[in-house]
Amino acid sequence: MNAQLVALAVFDGISYAALVFLVAVGLTLVFGVLRVLNVAHGSFYALGAYATASVGGAIFAAGYAPWLAFPLMLLAAVLIGVLVGGPIEKFLLGRIYELEDVLQILVTFAVFMILEDVQRLIWGGQPFFEATALNQLGTVTVFGITYTVYQLIFLPVVAIVVLIGLRLGLRRTLTGRLITAVTEDREAAVTIGIDVERIYLITFIIGASLAAFGGALASATTSVVPGMGADMIVLSFAVVATAGLGQIEGAAVTALLIGLGRSFAVYLWPELEVLIPYIIMFGVLLVRPSGLFGTVQARKI
Amino acid sequence: MTTRAQILRVLPYALLLALALVPQVYPAAQVLLTLALAKSLAVLGVIVLLQAGQVSFGHALFFAIAAYAAAFLGNSMGGGEIVLSLVLGTVCSAAVALVVGVFIVRYRHIFFGMLNLALSMIFFSFLEKFYHVTGGSDGLSVARPRVLGMALERGPFELVLFYGTLGLVIGALVLTHRFLSSPVGQMMRAIKTNEVRLEYLGVSARNVLLAGYVLSAALCGLGGVLMSTAQGIVTPEYAWWVRSGEFVFIAILGGAGSVGGAVVGTLAYEAVKTYAAAFAADIWQMILGVVLLVVILFAPNGLIGLFRSWTRRIGSAPERTGDRAGDRVGAGE
Repeated sequence: MNAQLVALAVFDGISYAALVFLVAVGLTLVFGVLRVLNVAHGSFYALGAYATASVGGAIFAAGYAPWLAFPLMLLAAVLIGVLVGGPIEKFLLGRIYELEDVLQILVTFAVFMILEDVQRLIWGGQPFFEATALNQLGTVTVFGITYTVYQLIFLPVVAIVVLIGLRLGLRRTLTGRLITAVTEDREAAVTIGIDVERIYLITFIIGASLAAFGGALASATTSVVPGMGADMIVLSFAVVATAGLGQIEGAAVTALLIGLGRSFAVYLWPELEVLIPYIIMFGVLLVRPSGLFGTVQARKI
Repeated sequence: MTTRAQILRVLPYALLLALALVPQVYPAAQVLLTLALAKSLAVLGVIVLLQAGQVSFGHALFFAIAAYAAAFLGNSMGGGEIVLSLVLGTVCSAAVALVVGVFIVRYRHIFFGMLNLALSMIFFSFLEKFYHVTGGSDGLSVARPRVLGMALERGPFELVLFYGTLGLVIGALVLTHRFLSSPVGQMMRAIKTNEVRLEYLGVSARNVLLAGYVLSAALCGLGGVLMSTAQGIVTPEYAWWVRSGEFVFIAILGGAGSVGGAVVGTLAYEAVKTYAAAFAADIWQMILGVVLLVVILFAPNGLIGLFRSWTRRIGSAPERTGDRAGDRVGAGE
């Protein structure tokens, strides 16, 4: 493996990790606050991708300016977070917080199954491809390798902005501090008068929007096909579990670890590509049962 | 006078009798029922773990291990012997469960589920990639085995397989019920209610869970061998996570509180799936999703629980004996 291949693998890994991070951080944020592992998170990712690719394809065919691709992604993400994520939390998840973990996961699994068929009904089975955003930014040559600016620079920058924005938002804004308070101790938060239900709804919408945003960004680099949501949810579960549940910075580090591991596997041992996330997760959890950055929780007696 | 206890006592036997009469009354459903009964064994395995409050998203692993082990054995012996295949497959699954279980029982909840998923996906990839050993995504064909040394034609073989599967399911139900009523089974339930208390009693929660894990893997293995024998082929899809998810789905649908939920759930699930796939092919997944939601929100004890509350309403003398409707999955701490 020469230096160029190493660089190529690193570039692939970084751009892939940026997308995985956006989805995984939403999942871990929602888990941290709601204590529900949301399987339907993968559906938001797929919906974001489908919405961006299909609407983008339609408006660019109608002759609108190509730079609109970027605001479109943001718009699609927010709309899906509010219009799809919002009602799901409000009318469905809101009713199941008293149930046991297993049943909560299965409720979100049911939502996932329903949304899978909704996608099929709306967009059919054929793949969508809409690379206007990718082509807009052109290419750059680093270490003799020509790579798209979109994947090498834009995606990682977006991921870093989201990471810093989330951290600052949680520390500095009122809503962010309320979210942190509910994450730390829900009962205490209720006692001092925080409207926990509203915080749950806001957090869920943010999380769903992040997943949809990941899908919107991914739609420029890959074909949008049925089943993409399932692949992504399994992968982001692996990232979240490896990082430790509820860890935001941990999710970034782990996404990078798994992204790089995967892209190196593509060049060195392609058979292992899909296995790398599981192998990393397995290895990490064997040594650190709560994940890389997870803390051991006190058990109730 | 019909009392609730009488209905509850008679109904399981009536259901089994109805099942046993299917080849005579409605032969078209015989093969489908064989497959459903084989699957119900794996669901039973998942129900065992649910007693301890743990859910595995990778139990198809043990389903596939046993099916492949039986296929290798059968193909190396030119057909093989069904009894030998069943024993070998089940033992293989149980042995693998014993080895990986030593690590896996250290984890709970989502970590437990995810590690099982990881293992099953690793095995799935292994089956797909190592083409020269496993036949890749085409899988391996399973030759029709002999039954106690007799080579049977297709028709009689399928009939024998149906009754054999039905017998094994009944045996497994009785055995699992006895396991769950035994001290070890009660301790498994204690893991769900309060594991720390269990440890204070001087019991190793890990060893208890390991016993349940091995039993559940053996049940999955038994189901896997029967399924592959009935289908005549085994593919990597046997280990896919969708299949694992299906097992968990059916367990909740049927009712995870009792062993009978496995059979009732599987029969109901296969019926819905067959009709949904025939009349609403585009939205069958959506139908299953809606059914799952309705069951969890309005009937958390599954079909078995629905039936129990129905008999309670029509029964003239409400009794509490043997009523385990309280130990629904949702009855956490």
